[in-house]
Amino acid sequence: MKQLQLKDLYHAFRDPKTIKSLALLIEKEAKKLSEPLHIMEVCGGHTHTIMKYGLKQLLPKNITFIHGPGCPVCIMPKDRIDHAIALANMEDTILCTLGDMIRVPGSKSTLAKERAKGRDIRPLYTPMDIIKIAKENSDKKVIFFAIGFETTTPMTAAVIKRVLDECIQNIYFHINHVLVPPAVKAIMDPGKAKINAFIGPSHVSVISGAKIYEPLAQTYQTPIVVSGFEPVDVMEGILMLIQQKNEGRCEVEIAYKRSVTREGNLKAQQMIDTYMEPRAHFTWRGIGDIPNSALRLKEEYAYLDAEKIFSDILPKAPVQDHKLCICGTILQGLANPQDCSVFGTSCTPNSPLGSCMVSDEGACNAYYRYGGL
Amino acid sequence: MCLSIPSKVIQIDENNMATVDTMGVQREVSLDLMNEEVIVGDYILIHIGFAMNKIDKEEALSSLALYREIIEKMEEEEKRQAILESDNCLGTLE
Amino acid sequence: MDKKILLSHGGGGEESNQLIHELFYQYFSNEILLKSEDAAILTTKGNIAFTTDSFTVSPLFFAGGDIGKIAIAGTLNDLSMMGAKPLYVSCAFIIEEGMDYNDLEKIVKSMTEELSHNDAKIVCGDTKVVPKGSIDKIFITTSGIGEVVTPGISAQNIDEHDMIIVSRDIGRHGATILAERESIDITSNLSSDCKSLWPVVKHLLDHGIKPKAMRDATRGGLAAVLNEWAVSSNICIELDEEAIPISEEVQGLCEIFGFEATDFANEGTFILALRPEQVDKALKLLHAFQDDQSASLIGKVTTKKPKKVILNTPWGSSRYLDLPKGELLPRIC
Repeated sequence: MKQLQLKDLYHAFRDPKTIKSLALLIEKEAKKLSEPLHIMEVCGGHTHTIMKYGLKQLLPKNITFIHGPGCPVCIMPKDRIDHAIALANMEDTILCTLGDMIRVPGSKSTLAKERAKGRDIRPLYTPMDIIKIAKENSDKKVIFFAIGFETTTPMTAAVIKRVLDECIQNIYFHINHVLVPPAVKAIMDPGKAKINAFIGPSHVSVISGAKIYEPLAQTYQTPIVVSGFEPVDVMEGILMLIQQKNEGRCEVEIAYKRSVTREGNLKAQQMIDTYMEPRAHFTWRGIGDIPNSALRLKEEYAYLDAEKIFSDILPKAPVQDHKLCICGTILQGLANPQDCSVFGTSCTPNSPLGSCMVSDEGACNAYYRYGGL
Repeated sequence: MCLSIPSKVIQIDENNMATVDTMGVQREVSLDLMNEEVIVGDYILIHIGFAMNKIDKEEALSSLALYREIIEKMEEEEKRQAILESDNCLGTLE
Repeated sequence: MDKKILLSHGGGGEESNQLIHELFYQYFSNEILLKSEDAAILTTKGNIAFTTDSFTVSPLFFAGGDIGKIAIAGTLNDLSMMGAKPLYVSCAFIIEEGMDYNDLEKIVKSMTEELSHNDAKIVCGDTKVVPKGSIDKIFITTSGIGEVVTPGISAQNIDEHDMIIVSRDIGRHGATILAERESIDITSNLSSDCKSLWPVVKHLLDHGIKPKAMRDATRGGLAAVLNEWAVSSNICIELDEEAIPISEEVQGLCEIFGFEATDFANEGTFILALRPEQVDKALKLLHAFQDDQSASLIGKVTTKKPKKVILNTPWGSSRYLDLPKGELLPRIC
């Protein structure tokens, strides 16, 4: 048995020959399809892979992608960003969040603009840094604006555990963690969506297990394949979806067995359950309200909950999505970015109106940058 | 969503941390979410500073074996196609 | 007691004089500078190239260089890229009150070292000290004058069928600075590519290489330069993605944070547009002179999509290479 090298985990899953061979196989199998396959890749990471590696160009005409709502930065509604801005504007406060969240517009401003005004706003590489920041700034309130899907939620839970274990008094959490299955449900339930196959998110499944998609496969009678993020992984996932379709199966399959099991990471799941519970309502930018689609801190941790503690300064008014933006329709596969009247004119990556234009993973953003090729 | 990257464990540190290597870049990550024991030499997936799981080396190898098979099949088929085409060409010459 | 830079060092009085004579004149000594006139009188032949740049780096000292090295190499490389031999430099320091004198001396020493690689002189300068907290330690502005030895090199000169070469593996400076940021706990063998390019450029020119365009890929990296070229010359640049040289560590850092090496800054890496018949010779010269095999042919100029840069993958698909976003923020998805 050959030893597996770390570099195999990169190079082998990006190997040009493998990608080409899978493309040929897909072409062969797709000829047998009785109807076109509209695959939703739920996850922004998959969208990124599809765009970056130009996978769409390798597929036959009867296979199309519909980019899903799986980018936690993109779907963050304006009113939650307004919360973050309000929190950052309190005296003696350091607001921390992840990645490109600071670029995303709320109703009037972005966290980046607030930072330019002198507010202490820090994009982190890991939420673990909050502990250090809080210890170095014991006279300040350190607020973590927590974002992300199931993949990113346990890291927030792990930080909460450390905060409690170490009795750190000046850290608060504003929780915006969201869930994949309810979002898929929201897109599919109206019954209009063209989607008839799903590529399941890879790293969400590392945490939650592939089991979370089983009800979706049954309810909507669609094949679901959990794939990794490398281009070979995605191509293999597409091939498996076509095979399921041709064999008349609607199952949850794992193409990413090196990292995903049916059960997932039970310790991480337990950690989330310890501190968090579902919220009755959460608004998604571009989609609107989705019941039980997000998490919040449990009542017994109210003393860590920035939403409760600072509720008197948080704006309450719901902020409407831009009237002309058709993100919701795009996410259902009923329209393409080019069909939107503001696409590329008043809605661009530098001044995004809807969720699909916000980050590199958004469908509109990707079309804007890679379109025409 | 959820950028995460395979890395190799090169040292287990105190406070439930490990040092991992990603293509020659080393950093400390937290093992707070790990369900199983992690040892030096393990490959793990890292997301925003935390290990999420161990990568199953056997499964990875069997994927690689499958891809090799697929490539070989394709190459054989290409060869057959090439032979067929050259036969056809000869056919039209006669 | 460590010596510190005080506001009085920038006040034009005795301490200012002391700083100029004991530090700057010691290291930068040459007869034009020592005349201490209000302006340097320079003698040049023919056309001159003139450029200016400001430097702010955090951290000031990093693997492979420091702000002083960059302040000289960066400005003089811009002259070299226009086919000009660097000659004269002006140098203005803005220093934060309380800076360590020893750090300033280290920076000045690096500048001297870098000037010698270009055989260039600092002929005039200025120092200001500003109250603590108003800037981040030290800002340096340098302007350079060079004598044009090979005219006609320009970003507007590139034509269809020209070839694009990169002088070495990309993204080292940006990756190094990122890895050394306080907020990131990373150890690696990464070091900046910061280097004066005149010696290698002179070597190419002396051996008959006639660049159509040359540019060092500083801020915005390879992506920014090629996009600028595509617009300036109204051409399409098609890159072979696999051919772009990227070291393991730089790639590793990109994997961790979801960055692209093509967006990372370089400080000693340049891009050449050449006629096809010059490619092999240029690569041979680069490999031998730099004792490094990473210089590569990465693409060609076409008319496919004017004003655009296209990356072609090894499996036959393609995408645009965009201008990098202003602030590099890690992707979480």
